[in-house]
Amino acid sequence: MQALKKSPWILHYDASSCNGCDIETLACLTPVFDVERLGVINTGNPKHADIFLVTGAVNEQSKVVIQNLYRQLPEPKVVVAVGACAATGGIFRECYNVSGGVDSVVPVDVYVPGCSARPEAIIDGVLKGLAVMEEKHKRMQLKEEPV
Amino acid sequence: MNPWLRFLLFLVAAPLAGGLLAGWDRRITARMQSRRGPPILQPFYDVLKLWQKQNLAVCAAQNYYVLFYLLLVIFTGGLFFAGSDLLLVVFALTTASIFFVLGAYKASSPYSFVGAERELIQMMAYEPMVLLTAIGMYMATKTFYIDGIAGHGGLLVGVLPGIFLGFVFILEIKFRKSPFDLSASHHAHQELVRGITTEFSGRTLAMIEMAHWYESVFLLGWVWLFFASQPVLGVVMALGVYGFVVLVDNVFARLKWQMALGGAWLATAVLGFGNIIILSFQR
Amino acid sequence: MTLVLALVLVPFLAGLVLLCLRSELARRWVVVTVTAAVCAWCIALACQSSPLNLGELPVSRHVLDPIMMALEALLGIYILWVGLRARHFLIVGLMVAQGAVMVWLESMGGAGLEGGRVLFVDKFSVIMALINGLVGGAICLYAVGYMREYHTEAHPEVPDRRPFFFALLFVFMGAMFGLVFADDLPWLFFFWEITTLCSFLLIGYTQTAEARKNALRALVMNLAGGLTFALAMAWLYRETHCLGLQALIRTGHAAALLPAALLCFAGITKSAQCPFSSWLLGAMVAPTPVSALLHSSTMVKAGVYLVLRLAPVITGTKVGLMVASVGGVTFLIGSLAAITASEAKRVLAWSTVANLGLVVLCGGVGTSQAVWAGVLLIVFHAVAKCLLFLCVGVVEHKLHSRNIEDMSGLVLYMPHVAVMMLIGMAGMSLAPFGVLISKWAVLRAVVDACPLLSVFIVFGSAATLFFWVKWMGKLVEVERPQERAVNEISLDESVALYSLSAVTFLACLLFPLLSAQFVEPYVAGIYGQSGSLGQGNLFIMALLMGVVMLFPLSFLSHGRGVTLVEPYLGGANIPGSPRFSGSGGAVERVVLHNYYLGGVLNQTRLSRTGEVWGAVLLAVMIAFAIL
Repeated sequence: MQALKKSPWILHYDASSCNGCDIETLACLTPVFDVERLGVINTGNPKHADIFLVTGAVNEQSKVVIQNLYRQLPEPKVVVAVGACAATGGIFRECYNVSGGVDSVVPVDVYVPGCSARPEAIIDGVLKGLAVMEEKHKRMQLKEEPV
Repeated sequence: MNPWLRFLLFLVAAPLAGGLLAGWDRRITARMQSRRGPPILQPFYDVLKLWQKQNLAVCAAQNYYVLFYLLLVIFTGGLFFAGSDLLLVVFALTTASIFFVLGAYKASSPYSFVGAERELIQMMAYEPMVLLTAIGMYMATKTFYIDGIAGHGGLLVGVLPGIFLGFVFILEIKFRKSPFDLSASHHAHQELVRGITTEFSGRTLAMIEMAHWYESVFLLGWVWLFFASQPVLGVVMALGVYGFVVLVDNVFARLKWQMALGGAWLATAVLGFGNIIILSFQR
Repeated sequence: MTLVLALVLVPFLAGLVLLCLRSELARRWVVVTVTAAVCAWCIALACQSSPLNLGELPVSRHVLDPIMMALEALLGIYILWVGLRARHFLIVGLMVAQGAVMVWLESMGGAGLEGGRVLFVDKFSVIMALINGLVGGAICLYAVGYMREYHTEAHPEVPDRRPFFFALLFVFMGAMFGLVFADDLPWLFFFWEITTLCSFLLIGYTQTAEARKNALRALVMNLAGGLTFALAMAWLYRETHCLGLQALIRTGHAAALLPAALLCFAGITKSAQCPFSSWLLGAMVAPTPVSALLHSSTMVKAGVYLVLRLAPVITGTKVGLMVASVGGVTFLIGSLAAITASEAKRVLAWSTVANLGLVVLCGGVGTSQAVWAGVLLIVFHAVAKCLLFLCVGVVEHKLHSRNIEDMSGLVLYMPHVAVMMLIGMAGMSLAPFGVLISKWAVLRAVVDACPLLSVFIVFGSAATLFFWVKWMGKLVEVERPQERAVNEISLDESVALYSLSAVTFLACLLFPLLSAQFVEPYVAGIYGQSGSLGQGNLFIMALLMGVVMLFPLSFLSHGRGVTLVEPYLGGANIPGSPRFSGSGGAVERVVLHNYYLGGVLNQTRLSRTGEVWGAVLLAVMIAFAIL
């Protein structure tokens, strides 16, 4: 339904990012880009969020946290990996403590490239995520209806 | 108009009005921050989206408390607009809030727990002024019945200026706005994550939001009551007070609960009780 | 007449019998039979129409009065001995003074004396008798099971003096019946002093140093009240030669004001108002049945009963204003102090003090509306508070702790008791249940008569909300998974608890009936009119009650459509458990600890403030009465 696309609430998690992508993500909330026009709210609470926005590569500590948070997000949920590190591990890919990008822990729906990713790209990624969420919602409803 | 009809009207129209107020609030806030802000209908999109989300909870019972919070808030507002006894309306709202707090306790998470404690402190902070407002209106109009108060001849705010100011003060607490948004915050500051609402999701969260809308309409209705003899002025003032509340929200940072409680009780004692003293000597 | 006589005498006899019984089975049978009989008689009394034409006493006053005097003298000598043995010279002093007044009164003896009737029954007496019988009876029944566990498991170090204990409980019950049925002031005084003695002996039951200290403190303060009572009688005798309570109430204001003020003073000490609150707080060292019976539901009610009786005399006067202010201050201080207490019995004690303050406020205001509200408040408070005390007693035995923080998750650990506690607390703080509706009535009465007093009520009301809801929250929250406790409570205790819960519930439900059948006729009989609910309000309260009653039904859905997941702990949850990984990889538990506002409110300072203000107000009251 329409409303699902018009009210994306985001949970922003920094896995092991240098904070470059985080700054760009938060820049989206500033008057220059103002994502709230699209209904985006940065909630810090997984139970309230639809979109799980992850920056940075995944190490041992953040692996557990990402799994916990992912479990606490209500369906339908979408994971957006922001930046090169979140996508593949970036330049830290070969490090001993890094297991790779976010998709080594949870299924990722949208990858936003860049180092650091630009706010416009992040917003675009979120909107693509909304389209994926709508798909998932349709599938959820089909599963619920008895055949 | 028949009280039952008024109740039904409240039941149906209040969420629409409340949602629009909430959307208007977010838009004005955004404009004050040099942003554009969401569309006015955004709160409705939020609630509709929440309605379709999965309902995650720590404990199933926590959702029942919220359901009854919503039902009792509707009951309160309906009672108010049907013209019934103002004191009973206040006590019904207190009961509703107690259910909300108990739901947060039931969720048993640190954030919802602290949010619940702070919500109780907020309730303790505004309760005296709310009761004094009812008492003040009784002393001015000789009746507790809202129908009677609304039908009273003169402009109540002229007889109850101190009480009006005190009431506006605690409205800042009741609307959960800075500097008193201790238990949950709509803004980005996430000191308690989402405070009292942390462990609710999906439909239950949507119900909390709707309950807030109903409550907003009820509170602005009470503001209107101060100007009841001039209904149009009353509507303007009600919206004006809401705008003022939003302005204060944007200007001030959050205060600690000690200041919130102390400030509210001080305002109650000086403004509210002062007004009562003057009224009792006038009799 | 026989009914009333039975209600007064049978508990005394039962007490004497229980003193001699060693066997637990025999004791249990006596308790059960007498309790059942008393309850039945109370209900029968309530069903009869009033005012009751009692007829003559079977034994002449000329025989009874000297017996009463002799018993009272014995009582006085015993208290003197207690005071001397404890080297507590205030007790000795007060008892000597009281004795002197009584001797003087006796020596004047009979010359033109017009006493009140020894037994007098009106609607108010019937209500008090019902409370004493039903609530008191439930407590006595509960005590059988409770004291058994007390001595065998919880406190084996306390010497087992159960025959003495139960004897005292029943003697006290008889004294209470005598008190509420008495119209003749000397007889009322006699029963009043018996309750003082019972309270002293029961507080000191455990015979520890602390118990002895608190028992003596209770004795001192109640003796102070007894002294003013005696002075009131002496004055009345000197001025009017008439010692009947009803006659006093019917006299004009000016003549009756000083004795009324002195009697209110006595009532204030017995009900532990500021500045005398400390004895009630200290009395909590006694076993729970004592706390429930004497110090929340019945004995302290005797004090406010007297104040409410005298309301028509002091209404509209400065004395009345002072009495109301004492009540108001006590309500405010008590409510604020209860926030800071984390020990369950202490919270209940402060709450009792506060609610009694509210009733005293009603008495001081004294209009028909206020008295109506006050009587209702007495009824609801007695029932709900008793239920809470009894539940706390059971919980204390199971958890070995009285701390509210240890009661987390009680809904899982002891579900039945937890639900009963929630009923009691809802009865104390949730609209549309008893105490809150009474508070609504009090507000309406005060606003009409003396709006400035409302400041106490509004601030105190906000404070009461805080400590009740945070306790309720503690009961429902689940910090960690719990197993249900094995064998929650014994038979005697459960019968008492279930019946009390039923009574609480019914009282709230049948509140309009109670008001219309008992309270309104009593008030109307004195003032010509009475406060009442109003048809419209009744309907709304019924609706609200209906909505709240639906709440338990929601549990029938068994959480359909809800997926359970852990609480948010910053993503550091250890999956499948309520723990989380803390710093350095340590595994931490979630701990939720209530706010007690210790940085803002200080119990000692609040007590002191209350004592100072209370003393000042009482002094002013006496001054006004004399002038």
